[in-house]
Amino acid sequence: MQAELIDIRNHLAQHAPFDELPEEMLDRVVASIEIAYYRAGSDILEFGQRNNWLLYIRSGAVEIYRRSGELYNRITEGEIFGQFGLLMNKTVRFPARAIEDCLVYRIPDQVFQYLWERDETFADFVEVEDRSRLRSALSRREKSNELMTSRVTRLISRAPVSAPCTVRLQEAARIMTEQGVSALLLMDEEGERPRLKGIITDRDLRTRAVTEALPSETPVSEIMSAGLIVTKAQSFIFEAMLTMLHNNVHHLPVMDNDEVRGVIALADIVKYESQSSLYLVGNIYHQNDIKGLKKISLDVRDSFVRMVNEDANSHMIGSAMAGIGRSFTQRLLALGEEKLGPPPVPYCFMALGSMARDEQLVVTDQDNAMILDDSFVPEEHDAYFLALAKFVSDGLDACGYTYCTGDIMATNQKWRQPLKVWKTYFTNWIQEPSGEALLNSNIFFDLDGIYGENDFAEQLKTLVAEQAQGSQRFLALLARNALNRTPPLGFFRTFVMEEDGKHNKTFNLKRRGTAPLSDLIRVHALACGSRAQNSFERLKAIAETRLIPEDGVGNLRDALEFISIVRIRHQALAIEAGREPDNNVRPEDLSPFERSHLKDAFQVVSNAQKFLKFRYTAQVSRHV
Amino acid sequence: MSELGDTRKTHWPDELAQLEEQARDGRLQTFYQAGCVAPETAIAEAPLVALDFETTGLDPDKHSIVSIGLVPFTLAGIQLGMGRHWVVRPQLPLHQTSITIHGITHTDIDQAPDLNDVLNEVLEAMAGRIAVVHYRSIERKFFNVAMQWRLGEGIHFPLIDTMAIEAHLHPDRIPTRWQKLTGKKPVSIRLADSRQRYGLPHYAAHNALIDAIATAELLQAQVLHHFGPQTPVSDLWL
Repeated sequence: MQAELIDIRNHLAQHAPFDELPEEMLDRVVASIEIAYYRAGSDILEFGQRNNWLLYIRSGAVEIYRRSGELYNRITEGEIFGQFGLLMNKTVRFPARAIEDCLVYRIPDQVFQYLWERDETFADFVEVEDRSRLRSALSRREKSNELMTSRVTRLISRAPVSAPCTVRLQEAARIMTEQGVSALLLMDEEGERPRLKGIITDRDLRTRAVTEALPSETPVSEIMSAGLIVTKAQSFIFEAMLTMLHNNVHHLPVMDNDEVRGVIALADIVKYESQSSLYLVGNIYHQNDIKGLKKISLDVRDSFVRMVNEDANSHMIGSAMAGIGRSFTQRLLALGEEKLGPPPVPYCFMALGSMARDEQLVVTDQDNAMILDDSFVPEEHDAYFLALAKFVSDGLDACGYTYCTGDIMATNQKWRQPLKVWKTYFTNWIQEPSGEALLNSNIFFDLDGIYGENDFAEQLKTLVAEQAQGSQRFLALLARNALNRTPPLGFFRTFVMEEDGKHNKTFNLKRRGTAPLSDLIRVHALACGSRAQNSFERLKAIAETRLIPEDGVGNLRDALEFISIVRIRHQALAIEAGREPDNNVRPEDLSPFERSHLKDAFQVVSNAQKFLKFRYTAQVSRHV
Repeated sequence: MSELGDTRKTHWPDELAQLEEQARDGRLQTFYQAGCVAPETAIAEAPLVALDFETTGLDPDKHSIVSIGLVPFTLAGIQLGMGRHWVVRPQLPLHQTSITIHGITHTDIDQAPDLNDVLNEVLEAMAGRIAVVHYRSIERKFFNVAMQWRLGEGIHFPLIDTMAIEAHLHPDRIPTRWQKLTGKKPVSIRLADSRQRYGLPHYAAHNALIDAIATAELLQAQVLHHFGPQTPVSDLWL
């Protein structure tokens, strides 16, 4: 630095975080500064713009906004801004505007990173400051994502239209036409007050009444959808969207305790958020062949990237992607049934692994199975189910859900069995466990019925929930398996440090991060008899039983969310750059912020694995 | 914008080409050869260099340059790391008064090189750029006389004068006698006072480099406030 610049250096030296910097670092900062002048009212940083500067206000005042346009902060001489974007992905998160004429010192990202890596006080300042800002930023950012923050009641535009459930088809159709609604609520009027019994939709009328040519005198109760799916008035629109995705329904009665407040339709949400993944799902149901589905599957990645850019959290993204995968499967099954005729015996098509856990991303293979009714006779019926399974599996492969390398698919006869056989499978796994068999069947402990007789899958869930918690040996072996994959010991700017001291260039965020986490969360969840499949839901169940200390649960949740979101962002960046997304990350591709927090997250995983070992495997030696 | 000073507009690319032909000193030839941007170039696109001399007095024939500060910049940004500062030995006695202003002592000057020894570096930093100064009489005249004295030929170069811009913006800055009676104060177009009008900070220290930076900042502010980034450089250069 030129001695003549002392005036500029002195100004920086009076303000945090520069006040604590050693002289030679401060000199380096001064030498790197680029000075810019902004008139009052002009934009300094615009949302989404790339930014490679840390900005320091030499004179004037600046307002920082949330992306919704709401004022977030007002800062003045000697204060910095822009560091949040530098720590994340060099993209402006908080737009900034000069509210007075401003002289701004711009410090290049390179120097910022240099200080961040070498000076702890500096790193602490920008980061701690940022962590608190990040937290408030996250909660506020969610506010701007209205799907996540608006209640479903906001979508209700009229009082519910209902009829007694004894009404005939013709009368029901007349009411719907007259009132201009696409769904009619059916009330049980026997009791003191009418109670919601079911719902009938346009689609029910078309597909069931009309195509099956039912007489107009048929009572609606005969075609009424069984198993009423509703949402609570307190639910967020996002939750209602997930309920629709999960259950493949397009209308949801909104309940305030026992009372119906109204009905929301898929179209209401799509109107609200035309870019939502529901829109894609809606399109899936309109396709009549694999070719059409394949074409739509090209939009899945766009939908994924959009959610990432809209700052959705990993739970939301995982659920939406699983919902999309589920819809493809459901549509393929319906098309398969159209082609092959109705199934000879009832069956349930079951999703396994990440789809069942609602934790699916874009790089995923298919894991599925079929539970057949116990009246199943292989010689008579299996040809049908094999053909159906093959149709679905090929279709999924065409839509980007590649075949499962471990052959865990309904096309494999072993995984296409009657309910009673499935019950034996699970009972054997739990009561007579062997390490290796369990390793291969791990994936079956994340299961979800997605088509047909979903009750079959529920029965299996019940069996698991009841038996698993009592089998110490099962839990111990499951725990031991969960320790097979460990997080990296640490990593530096350019390499990963392994436990044996080896250096690697990359690490797999799934194998080393999210998978070990969901494995160990599964063990705890089974130990406490939970029926939940999603890792975050399982953590809630674990917290309630106090199986592990409360802050332990919180740490696991944060670690899972952080590793997942880094993984998600890594894949979204690859897609945007036109590369094939994967799970392999080079430390140098991560921002210092991500590196530092990933280290913390891996530490949480490592500690949780130690606890798991102590908690379950220790008991095995005592009990077995 | 002929009001900015000279009524006769110089076509600087042509002028520099002509100067190159006339020059005898190789350093000057190289400097002129670098030329400058076309007159219609937007100010936002033009490479600029803020230049400031500290001198022993105001008369180029009696006084000398003691230090030179410069910083290349554009309308979008001033890179401090590119800033340069030289103390040079004056050929004429150092006036007692100027010492206090510049903080440059006899000891500094005794060890300083002659302008001729750093000329190459100064010209290299200025080459191809339009100089920006506050009060062109100092930099233009002192540089010219110093070259005449040393090389037997002068130097001429395009420049933008931030003080001339302020003078143009405040044509009635000197109150009439009547106005003085009614309390009107004159508008100062000195560097520090001009900067204040644009909300630019006060620099405590004074040296050629800081003043060059201060001048660069002032031009950024002037252009954004009064002219706009698309203004052709020929509207501003003199």
